[in-house]
Amino acid sequence: MEILTVDFFQRALAGGLLIGITAPLIGIFLVLRRLSMIGDTLAHVTIAGVALGFLINVYPIAVGLVFAIVASFAIEKLRKAYRGYAELSIAIIMSGGVALASLFFTLGMGYNTDVVSYLFGSIYTLDTTDLYVVGAVTVIVVIGISVFFKEFFLLTFEEDAAAVSGLPVKWLNLLITVMTALVISTAIKIVGALLVSALITIPAACSLFIARSFKSSVIFSVVIAEIAVVVGLMVAGIWNLAPGATIVLLLIAMLILTLLAKRGFTA
Amino acid sequence: MTSDSSTPAPYCHQNIIEIDQVSFSYRDQKVITDLSFTAKERDFVGVLGSNGTGKTTLLKMIVGLLNPSQGSIKLFGEPIQKFKDWERIGYVPQKNAFNPLFPATVREVVLSGLYSNRKIFRRMGRADHQKCADAMEVMRITDIANKRIGQLSGGQQQRVFLARALINHPDLLILDEPTVGIDVQTQADFFELIFHMHAHHHMTFLMVSHDIEMIEGYLGKEPRDRSGGIKFHVRHSHDTDCEIPDLQHSLN
Repeated sequence: MEILTVDFFQRALAGGLLIGITAPLIGIFLVLRRLSMIGDTLAHVTIAGVALGFLINVYPIAVGLVFAIVASFAIEKLRKAYRGYAELSIAIIMSGGVALASLFFTLGMGYNTDVVSYLFGSIYTLDTTDLYVVGAVTVIVVIGISVFFKEFFLLTFEEDAAAVSGLPVKWLNLLITVMTALVISTAIKIVGALLVSALITIPAACSLFIARSFKSSVIFSVVIAEIAVVVGLMVAGIWNLAPGATIVLLLIAMLILTLLAKRGFTA
Repeated sequence: MTSDSSTPAPYCHQNIIEIDQVSFSYRDQKVITDLSFTAKERDFVGVLGSNGTGKTTLLKMIVGLLNPSQGSIKLFGEPIQKFKDWERIGYVPQKNAFNPLFPATVREVVLSGLYSNRKIFRRMGRADHQKCADAMEVMRITDIANKRIGQLSGGQQQRVFLARALINHPDLLILDEPTVGIDVQTQADFFELIFHMHAHHHMTFLMVSHDIEMIEGYLGKEPRDRSGGIKFHVRHSHDTDCEIPDLQHSLN
């Protein structure tokens, strides 16, 4: 248990707790709008940005963030061009991201270990700057969602009704998009690009089964994510496992438990 | 009911919807050509037409979701681009417009009828929750207020959406094929309810429907206007307002 007092572990825990708030908060809206895969896509594009950051020696998360925002705009544009094929735009941007990332990898000195740490996450290497960035993103996302909570609810439940009520649908969509990019680009250092969508989608997937109201499903998904992050980090720290993978496997275990419990109740 | 007629409403009534020579094209293809139509206060307008005639497009233009390629639309005398009083309009969507697994309670859905451009940055207060309770009471869905919307029957869902549309006491109620996917008896009850609302309460109705029998039964066999494949059946009401101000009695 002495690992709890080590400062890299404390930073990891703090970063994990913050991402445990933002990822499921944004995730519930993405899942309900059938955009679950957007997390994966933006994560891959962010990796391209991170690789470029290493290449030109600029703070990688910042470059990754810019890439994620540009990609999320591109997804919105393509989503409109191919109405009803939301997943098509996501697939196109995803492959574009992977292609760019591998291009930047090879332009650099081969497979940079730093970049690889973003693929699988390296929560133990979080430095103070990273923590400040994650903290700032958390503040933005929490404020953004609490201020527009009811508008986002209506937008997600029924976009047409939101438009008929005179809500600025375009701006609200834009805000969700930018917040998604912010969350993903900061989350990848913690759980890794390959696993980030788990933290976004699985808590929402669990809460869809337990919660009755929208408000409670938002609360449930944050609670589930926080449990997975805290327990996952402890387990990983004590038994020396990969922290990102441990968190994700715990989330999946919780999802299975929820499904079994639900079946137990209804059977 | 003595003063019903399918002839144009008298001058004493305000224009609620004015559509003036509107055309709409979707990628080179003309969906609506040169359509003009006016709905006056307390009209019940039934919009009939088979698939592909542009009824849904027309509805989307009226609520500002699409812009006409040509022509102009006015709501309550105001050009739609400038129109801001969205609270005056209640909207009942097609039944299949939402995801049945969506985690939202009846109460949350009904309350969302209040989330308009005027309510951004405002918290829902006690008065708003009271409005929600009243709307649910009127539609007799108070006992299922905490149920998840996806668990309800088609008829119950319909009443939830109607309660949401009525929460602001709108002057204009717009219904988009409200009875799709609902059994015959529930459909009949629903039509009876909204026809009663039209006859006795101070509201204007615009309903897109495929249910020719119901529409012609209440609004008359002859459409007042037609444009392309779209037919407008209109009935006007002059009846005195219901002595009972709420709508509860109409649901028996």
